[in-house]
Amino acid sequence: MAKGIVISPDKCTGCRTCELACSFTKYDLFNPKDSAITVLPYDEVGLQVPMTCLQCDDPHCMTVCTVNAITKDEKTGVVTVDEEKCIGCKMCVSACPFGNMTYSVRLKKVIKCDLCKGTPQCVRECPSEALQFKDLDGPLHKRRNIGDLFSDVFGEVAK
Amino acid sequence: MKAWTGKLIRVNLTDKSIKVEDTNMDDAKLFMGGRGLGSKYLYDEIDPKIDPLSPENKLIFMTGPLTGTYATCAGRFNVVAKAPLTGTIGASNSGGHFGPELKFAGYDGIIFEGKSDKPVYLHINNDTIELKSAEHLWGKDVFETTDTLLLENEEDARVACIGPAGEKQVLFATVMNDKDRAAGRSGLGAVMGSKNLKAVVVKGNNGIGVSDKFEFMNATKDAKEKVLANGVTGIGGGLPSYGTQVLVNILNEMHSLPTHNWRTSRFEGGEKISGEYLAENYLIRNKACFACPIGCGRVIKIPDGKYKGIVAGPEYEAGWAYGASCGVDDMNAIDKANHVCNLLGLDPITMGATIACAMELRDIGVLSEDEIGGKIEFGNADSIIEWTEKTGNREGFGDLLALGSYRLAEKYGHPELSMSVKKQEMPAYDGRAIQGMALEYATSNRGGCHVRGYVVSPEVLGIPHKTDPLETEGKAGLLKLFQDLTALVDSSDICLFSTFAIGLPEISSMLRTSTGLDLSDEEFLQVGERVWNLEKLFNLEAGITGADDTLPPRLLNEPLPSGPAKGKVAELDIMLREYYELRGWGEDSVPTDEKLGELSLADKALA
Repeated sequence: MAKGIVISPDKCTGCRTCELACSFTKYDLFNPKDSAITVLPYDEVGLQVPMTCLQCDDPHCMTVCTVNAITKDEKTGVVTVDEEKCIGCKMCVSACPFGNMTYSVRLKKVIKCDLCKGTPQCVRECPSEALQFKDLDGPLHKRRNIGDLFSDVFGEVAK
Repeated sequence: MKAWTGKLIRVNLTDKSIKVEDTNMDDAKLFMGGRGLGSKYLYDEIDPKIDPLSPENKLIFMTGPLTGTYATCAGRFNVVAKAPLTGTIGASNSGGHFGPELKFAGYDGIIFEGKSDKPVYLHINNDTIELKSAEHLWGKDVFETTDTLLLENEEDARVACIGPAGEKQVLFATVMNDKDRAAGRSGLGAVMGSKNLKAVVVKGNNGIGVSDKFEFMNATKDAKEKVLANGVTGIGGGLPSYGTQVLVNILNEMHSLPTHNWRTSRFEGGEKISGEYLAENYLIRNKACFACPIGCGRVIKIPDGKYKGIVAGPEYEAGWAYGASCGVDDMNAIDKANHVCNLLGLDPITMGATIACAMELRDIGVLSEDEIGGKIEFGNADSIIEWTEKTGNREGFGDLLALGSYRLAEKYGHPELSMSVKKQEMPAYDGRAIQGMALEYATSNRGGCHVRGYVVSPEVLGIPHKTDPLETEGKAGLLKLFQDLTALVDSSDICLFSTFAIGLPEISSMLRTSTGLDLSDEEFLQVGERVWNLEKLFNLEAGITGADDTLPPRLLNEPLPSGPAKGKVAELDIMLREYYELRGWGEDSVPTDEKLGELSLADKALA
């Protein structure tokens, strides 16, 4: 069964340890700009929302990739970028509806969450349990998780 | 070396020159960074006797080797300058996200020299560093300034700035960053204002490496697990649940919550200004600084009434200053007053304590309503907001409050009513009921201050072990250890709050694995002692001597009226003598040549 990162913005304190864990694990450097997860602050409503790849069931990034560098693993659900094939055209960056693909000019590559081969370090390092790595029952359940997330967010905003 | 970026920015505001230079790594090894390295630069580069608000003063922003990594609570930086409120060396640290961003831009720190002829701000985007006009920002509050600068530059940049209080050189103006975090004490915002420097905007996208990746991961994992398992800092613990205001009920219970300008030490309305009350009625959620697993920051909503809105909740000491100290038990008003401090860039501790001092002067009839041009009496909730606004803008009587309680009380012939040491107000813990804190206030290198050696930890909270707060024996040694360790923490630059859960072994381990420095735990602790002695030397050269290591007469002569410490005064003399001895200082508080030699400070010996 596919597992995914489930985000609870109500628990996030905005410490950005997830960003640091990501870049340090992948590139040996603490650098939030090269992280596949980003905490977005909404100060006016006192909210912090971590955003990372949702490993979509039907990924736009994969659809638009002109060189077929992006694939989705049927078993784990992970959407991966093949760095050898990637030509850095950034089509995937513009295609992602959530802005969860970034292109690092310094590293000259696309930065995207690959769930750290099944042990996401951001989840491991998160001190407030705002990030959890959980079984996802299926596409419907997964969508519901995301739906809950957004209703939480907008519910808070409306309050 | 890893962990440091190895580069500093030097900006001469007089001739507008900007240079990037190498960080002095010999000094970095001896003083780490943050408070220590910043103080070393200041000590070497200015005459301690200068007027703190003159162009000869320098304003230094300094990060530490741990800043920007995911070591526990590693989001801090220090602002260092000669302090206008005290005339001592001033080092004040702040969290948020500004410090790490400065390192991501590639710099350990920034040194500002001279004075600009017109308001300017410094914009840093990695290698691009430029001074820009800030004339359109002058007069704007901290939030408006920050929003404007983010729009004008990069939306994900970080901003440190002053508000109107800094521009107008209120002696306890703060340097604010990320809107509501503050390098709060001793008036470093006034130094920034005196240089016509409104803000620093920074954006960076370079990474920070460490010496040994896997050992560093292990060291931080160990530290973080301890922080998360701790009763104060951990999940469900006091700080995450109630913020720093968790202390109100604890201190009130033991009759050591200074009330009505320290006349008494128990506040009737304590419950209504407590962290528990805040959590129940105001808290929306916790907000953490960069890389912090604790998250003691409060995002609160004042639900109704004239002060309605979403703001950052006050810290314990700020809540105390406006609350118990002024006899105000209206949480709405306290929260609002604290927010006004954030907007105008004021230290709420000194602000609240100065208002409390004025309230006592009013109470004993020294000040009249005519003289004040308004009302200022104990318990008046509206007045704490009114006078905070007027002080930040230096209007009317606020122009006098802007000098702090000592200068105010002295002007009216009652300097003894200023609850300050070296002209800086002591916060929130009565030294008569907590003897260790009495010694801390008297000896702190930046005047009345609780966070140079927070012995509240053992004396009140029992961390790492419980001491008897009424006892004087052993307090000198305890305080020295806390002061030295804190100086190391502030130089590393991580948050002091992590030390409720971790100590020297964990901090040394994170420093060793990040920097690659092969130092023992004791040698790391000695870094702290070195910083402490350097600060002391600065103060001595500035003319602040052992005679200034004292307390307001109220603490020395007026016994506490109630509680477990009823009848007690601060027994400073006996502790102070032992303290100087343990520090290796003479009776006049001057460090001996032997001590300076031991700390590699022999060349700094006073002539």
